[in-house]
Amino acid sequence: MTRPIPTLLLALAVMLPLSLLAGRVWLDPWETPNAAIILGELRLPRALLAVVIGAGLGAAGAAMQGYLRNPLADPGLFGIAPGAALGAVASLWFGYAAGPWLLPLFALAGAAGAMALLALIAGRTGGIALFTLAGMMVASLAGALTSLAVSLAPNAFAMSQIVSWLMGALTDRGWPDVWLAAPLVLVGIALLAMAGRALDALTLGEAAARSLGVSPGRLQALLIAGVGLTVGSGVAVAGVIGFVGLIVPHLVRPLTDRRPSSLIVPSALAGALLVLVADVVCRILPLVTELRLGIALSLIGAPFFLWLLLRMRREAL
Amino acid sequence: MLEARDLVLASRLNGVSAQLRPGEITAICGPNGAGKSSLLQVLAGLLPPERGSVLLDDEQLAALHPRRRAQAIGYLPQSGEVAWDMSVRNLVALGRLPHADAGEAQVDRALAALDLRDFADRPVSTLSGGERGRALLARVLAGEPRWILADEPLAALDLAHQLALLEHLRRAARGGAGVVIVLHDLALAMNHANRVLVLDGGCCAADGPPELALSAGTVERVWGVPARWLGEPGGRALVAGSRPSSNSD
Repeated sequence: MTRPIPTLLLALAVMLPLSLLAGRVWLDPWETPNAAIILGELRLPRALLAVVIGAGLGAAGAAMQGYLRNPLADPGLFGIAPGAALGAVASLWFGYAAGPWLLPLFALAGAAGAMALLALIAGRTGGIALFTLAGMMVASLAGALTSLAVSLAPNAFAMSQIVSWLMGALTDRGWPDVWLAAPLVLVGIALLAMAGRALDALTLGEAAARSLGVSPGRLQALLIAGVGLTVGSGVAVAGVIGFVGLIVPHLVRPLTDRRPSSLIVPSALAGALLVLVADVVCRILPLVTELRLGIALSLIGAPFFLWLLLRMRREAL
Repeated sequence: MLEARDLVLASRLNGVSAQLRPGEITAICGPNGAGKSSLLQVLAGLLPPERGSVLLDDEQLAALHPRRRAQAIGYLPQSGEVAWDMSVRNLVALGRLPHADAGEAQVDRALAALDLRDFADRPVSTLSGGERGRALLARVLAGEPRWILADEPLAALDLAHQLALLEHLRRAARGGAGVVIVLHDLALAMNHANRVLVLDGGCCAADGPPELALSAGTVERVWGVPARWLGEPGGRALVAGSRPSSNSD
């Protein structure tokens, strides 16, 4: 076991300033004209947003995998990301997305709606199976309504806006997005970290966890709120970004002592690093239009995950 | 004292009452579906009974804060699940969760009590079935509960490990803990328990010292199998499927 937190913090401290210089045009802070404005108003908020969103997704993925005791669990399973996406799509559909705050607020309302529905359906019993099924149902319903909105889009422009927003990106994001997402994601990560010890107990199964004093209802409430805030606010400012919550805990787990509680903060840091690097890759690739972050992460994530599965299979043989 | 008063639980328990004493090993026996695991879970405060109550030292168990209950009662489920491949030491340290401390001294004691010191840093996945069973029991012991409730802790173990684990439980009982275990092996219950509670159809069919509670007559009545006991007290063997002869039992 190594100590992943200082290593990841160091990597972030190196990558963050480097990422500010990288882009379609590489910046020389001393030579490039208007470098201070480009850095301060465009690249710094974008980089910070990548860090914030990645941290939220990484922590949510680690908590979800701990909660479901399954390394294949992903924050999307709870239906909060699809709920937030539906909210955002609704704002685009009705043409309310012109203001800087309206789309994220609609998305947050969608996430809150999904959280409330989850709490309503599964919150009383605290049972994990029912909770997961409820999450899948919410995800499926939100996904269907989003598809409905796309298919019934009032005009081609709205449809193109919706489709491109759903792909997830950090293009043209600014400080208002950072101020909206950062506090919510930080509170979300704190809530997930608070659930750490209960997630450790859950390693032994639901009955043993309850015998160790874990309250299933409280744990579920912490997770709904924590995943809701981290994932919901991420979707609100950047669209749907997959794979981070699935891959990052996998990458980080071998560096920890494998207790779910010791995975949450390192996963947040590694998630921040991954999204930051992926966004830099999106910016520097010489394509006609910038590659969407959600697509880039899926393009990196899916083959990587396949490789991981093949390696796991080889080790199992 | 852990006391069950007239426990009723949807078609699983139909009015079970028992007073369990610390310092003893109480075995809960009965055929499949008799309600053994349900009774253990109700006694551990994990399943609320529909009627009746459980009292821990004259206090209603249901009214206790979950953490206080967890400090008093250690529960070892049948599944033996360990979802993540953590080290034995970290697994055992989970027993300290109700106390919200690292409890290194208690964890070390539990590791030593179950001869696990050499395994402390090994991942759980590298343990044999017997070592894993010991590690899971050590997790319960690390919490130093006054009551140890274990659901078929011997099920996956070979004879030597069964006897070793029973010895550990006996040691815990000698140290003042109350030990309640669900057992399928009637000979182990006969030879190692201080007291046996026989359940049948959610009711208490017999309760008392093993020689009385597990008499050949009770075995035939509850399990529907003619049987007789051979050997001396403390070293009894059950011969099932044969009518008791006049000089046995």
